[in-house]
Order: sequence, then C-alpha cells, then structure tokens
Amino acid sequence: MTVGLTQPDAPLEAPVTRRTGGLLVQVLRERRAAAVGAAILLVAILVAVAAPLLAPYGLHQRVGDVFEPPSSRHWLGLDDGGVDMVTLLIWGLRISLVVGFAATLVSMLLGGLVGILAGYFGGATDSVLMRVTDYFIVIPDVPLMIVIAAIWGPSLFHIIVVIGVLLWAPTARIIRSQVKSVRERVYVQRARSIGAGHARIIATHVLPQVAPLLVATTVLTVAVAIFDETFLSFLGLGDPSTVSLGKIIENAFVRTAISSGAWWAIVPPGIEVALLVLACSLLGQAIEDALNPRLKVAHLSPRFFRIRRPVSLDRERLP
Amino acid sequence: MRSADYLLKRLVFALATVLVAVTLNFVLFRLAPGDAVSNFSRVPHATPELRRAIAREFGLDQPKWRQYVVYLGQLAHGNLGVSYENQQPVSANLRSALGNTIPMLLAGTLLAILLGMVTGVLAAWRRGTAVDHASVSVALGFYALPTQWLGLMMILLFAGILPTGGRTDEFLLAPGFVQHWLDVGKHMLLPALTVALTLYGEYTLVVRSTMLETLGEDYILTARAKGLAPWTVVRRHALRNALLPTATLVALSLGYIVAGQILIEVVFSWPGIGRATYQAVLVRDYPMLQGVFLVFTLTIVTLNLLADLLYVRLDPRIRE
Repeated sequence: MTVGLTQPDAPLEAPVTRRTGGLLVQVLRERRAAAVGAAILLVAILVAVAAPLLAPYGLHQRVGDVFEPPSSRHWLGLDDGGVDMVTLLIWGLRISLVVGFAATLVSMLLGGLVGILAGYFGGATDSVLMRVTDYFIVIPDVPLMIVIAAIWGPSLFHIIVVIGVLLWAPTARIIRSQVKSVRERVYVQRARSIGAGHARIIATHVLPQVAPLLVATTVLTVAVAIFDETFLSFLGLGDPSTVSLGKIIENAFVRTAISSGAWWAIVPPGIEVALLVLACSLLGQAIEDALNPRLKVAHLSPRFFRIRRPVSLDRERLP
Repeated sequence: MRSADYLLKRLVFALATVLVAVTLNFVLFRLAPGDAVSNFSRVPHATPELRRAIAREFGLDQPKWRQYVVYLGQLAHGNLGVSYENQQPVSANLRSALGNTIPMLLAGTLLAILLGMVTGVLAAWRRGTAVDHASVSVALGFYALPTQWLGLMMILLFAGILPTGGRTDEFLLAPGFVQHWLDVGKHMLLPALTVALTLYGEYTLVVRSTMLETLGEDYILTARAKGLAPWTVVRRHALRNALLPTATLVALSLGYIVAGQILIEVVFSWPGIGRATYQAVLVRDYPMLQGVFLVFTLTIVTLNLLADLLYVRLDPRIRE
C-alpha cells in the first residue's frame, strides 16, 4: 500500500490488524461494562454446569404449598406445583443457555457465510443466496414449530435446530448489506485494482469491516434465541419434559400467578432472562466498539463547540 | 440498474416469494396430523362410509396436486376455509382481528421508532457522557426483557389504574362514538406501550452505533470545517447516512414484531391477530392457522419490498 493513498485510513486501520484474542483481553481490561457482562455470563455458565450440585431441592419435588411465599427455607417461594423456585431457576438457566448458544452457533455459521458470499460476489450468487434468505425470512416460525412438534416430536434438539435455522436469515441480510457497501468503498476498489484476489480482499478488507457487525449480530442472536425459546414455551410448544426459563414464565402465566399475587413465581425468571441478555449485549457492544476503529473518530464533539478529546481518553469513557 | 428495472425485479420477486410461501403453507399443513375427516368424524357411530363421505366432500380423496390446484383457486377467490373453532369463514375472522391489531401495533411501533431515534442520536452525539450511558443502559434494559414478562409486569404495576385486558369495556352500555373510541384508546394504552418499550431499545442501539460510524466520516469533518452548527451537522449530514442501516433493520424487525405481537395480545387479551394465532395453536384450528400465517407472510413480504424501495431512495450509491 502506498502511503499517499492510504493516509486518511492508516491510523484507523492499525487496531484491526491486532489479533482478536489480544483484543478481547484488552476489551475486558479496559471496559467495565464488558467485564461486568463477561462476569455475569461466566457465573451463569458455572451455575448452569453445576446445576445438579447447586439446586437445593429436587426439580420435581413437592416441598410445600402451592404458591408458598418466600421464606428462609425457600428464598424465592414455591411455584404452582409446590416446587422450590430457586431450584427451578437454576435448572431453567441451564436449558435456556444451551438453547441460546447452540442455536446461535448454527445461525452465525450459516448467516455469516451466506451474507459475506452474497454481498461480496454480488450478481447471480447474490440473487440466488438472497432469494433463499428471503424465503427463510418469510417463513413464519410458528407453523414450522407446530409441524415439527407434531411430526418430529417436541425435543430440545429440534428446538435448537429450528431456532438456529430460522435465525440465520436476518444475520445474512444485515451482513450482506454492510459487505455490499464496504465493497464499493474506495480502498477496496483500490485493492482490487492492484490485483488483490477475492480471498485476500475478503480477509483483509471486508472481514475487519464486517466483524463488529458480526459480533453485534451474534449478541443479538443469542438474545433472540433465548427469547425465541421463551416464546415457543409460552405457546406451549417447548419440550414438555424440560424446565427452561420460558417454561417457568409460561407456567406462572397459565397458572395465574398474577391474580394469585404470587409475584415471586413470575418476576425472577424474567429478571434472569433479562440479565442473561444484558450480559451478552454489554460484552458484545464493548467488543464491537473496540473492534471498529471508525468509532474512535468522531468529528463532532460530544458537547457544543469543544475540541474533541484525545482518542485514548474517549475510548476509556465509552461503555 | 435503472430504478424502474429494480422496482419490477423486486415486485416479481415479492410475488414469487408469496407463491413459495403459499405452497409451503399448503405442504406444511398437509404434513400435520389431523384433517377435516378426523375433525368432523368425532361423532358417535362414525362409520367408514361417513368418513369417506366427508373426505369426498372436502376433496381429500383427490390426488395431492389436484388438492393444491383447488387450494390455489380458492385462495385467489379469497376463500380461506372455515374455522374449526367458531365455524365462521377464516377471512371474516382475520379481517376483524387485523382491524383490532393494526392501530395498536402502529401506535406502538411509531412510538418505538421515535424513542429509538431520539435516544440513539443523543447517545451517539454525546458519546461517553452521562447522557450516553443513561440512554444506552435503559435501552439495553428494555431490550433484554422478555416481551410476555414485560406485559405481565405492566399488568402488575397498572392493574386498577388502567384497563389491563380486552379492547373495550363490556359494561359500557350503548356508548356514544367519542366515548367508545376513548374507551378503546384507554385499553390500547398498555399493550401499545409494551410494544414500544420492547422494541425501542434495539432501535436505540442501532441508531447509536451507525451514528457513531457516520460521525467519523470525512464529510462530517468537512461540514464542521465549513462552520455548520452541530445540530445542522447531525441532522443534515450524519443522521441521513445513519438512516440507511437503521431503515433496513426497522423494516426487518417489523416481521419480528409479529412474534412479539402474539405474546402481547395474549397477555392483554387483545382480540387481534396474535391472540387468534395463540388460540388456533391451542386447539389446532388448522384453517385459521393457515390464514393467520398467510397474513403474516404477506405482511413480511410487503414490508421487505418497502424496505428495498426505501433503500434505493435513501442510498443513491446503490442506484449507480
């Protein structure tokens, strides 16, 4: 690359070349929000893994009255079947995490690949891939779920596959639109004109530009996958033999926890889902900000008529 | 590519998508167990003759391809079959449900877009300040809450202050025109607010991050160097370019609102299309489900088409 041509971009591209692993450590060290998010996720994963050891009572064990209020023996009271809420929340966390991460993995591999290929190569590749993507976008999830619940049998594995396969399409579309606009930018055209191959352009010019978006979508997707699970459970389409966070919310709604005044059966699972999603978002947002060098430059000062702060200061104060 | 070409291409594609979806709608529900025969022969002394007669009446003894042709023909005439549950034409059920859903959904979505744009732009502009932190935290908080749960919390909080279920007050006898719509509006408040709150957080985050990107562009520096006021820079130079990804995302998310809509309508007993879906799922009312998902599919395809057109309108680079 010649200095004269790349000068405006040069200082901005520097952080991109750093290895992702090193960047992750740096993000965790420098940003409190990222550290908090990672900590919550870590605790959640540990709790989920150690669920059999941590759960104070049996998952199907009746230990008291229906909707018994919180007490010293049962910190969050009992549900409609007299089962300890803390036990339910620990086991539910386990299932929800498994569904969230497994489904996201499926959808990111599919969506990222399709989005980059379609956006970069354009033309026939683009229209074929986007046609497939669009069909996946228009398939409403629920009839598919019903058919699968009826024919395939409702199971955790099927829910993961269905959520994953239904979630990749929006990712692919968003990634594609970004790749499409990156592809038209001057430095990519410049790279092409000096003879860089497709693989090289994708790896060195397109991917770094798309990566933050990919991470942001991953975050979004984990959240959506956990949401989708609660959604399906709410419609009574979840795996009937497992207890997920969605299932707990559904049970509380169907068994009229609200009109029984049993807030302890309904408030904690929602907060738990929210914490999970929040943790993913904080972590993802911080990685996105750090990955994207363009965010560090803003030509408009945060306050009126003030010289913008040095870059390093700015970065530290971002969430 | 010229705009007219592009338009035509998108239109043809949208129609093709609808056809595929319609076909899928046919295939999926033929795969599902249970049909009109098993539904109507649940009577005492249902003989094989009766079952055959029912099958003949509904055309279920015909080969599948002929059933498909008949299905397409009936669809073209707007005949979506008869609901198993209330024995009304599905199209009539859908019409009344949609009439209830659209105003509520529209109010909620517009509120969400407004909230998202304002908080997102503010957060990006005042990045790193308390305004940024506050708006991002609150947005993240609402984004993270499960829809049905937020609805239930609204009921817990506002029970007794605002109506929490249904669309009208059943005990309001012979209300006047104004009184009726005031009543509907009051009932709409909580569901619409829930729609807005569950949606706006995502919009805020997207607007913020695209605005941050745009603020780093050289033309912003140019605009500032020209001595334009900050507000003018944001409005005329930054926001316009940041709108591109935002518009795509909003249009895409509108399809997802459908899912959230089902939950919100169930929680607030709002007699719309979402609640109709829920009830159809519960009793496996297949004709109704088919109709509901046809409506969902058509909505999403139309919105995607609009997003594509908007894209061309907003980004001249694509027009070339």
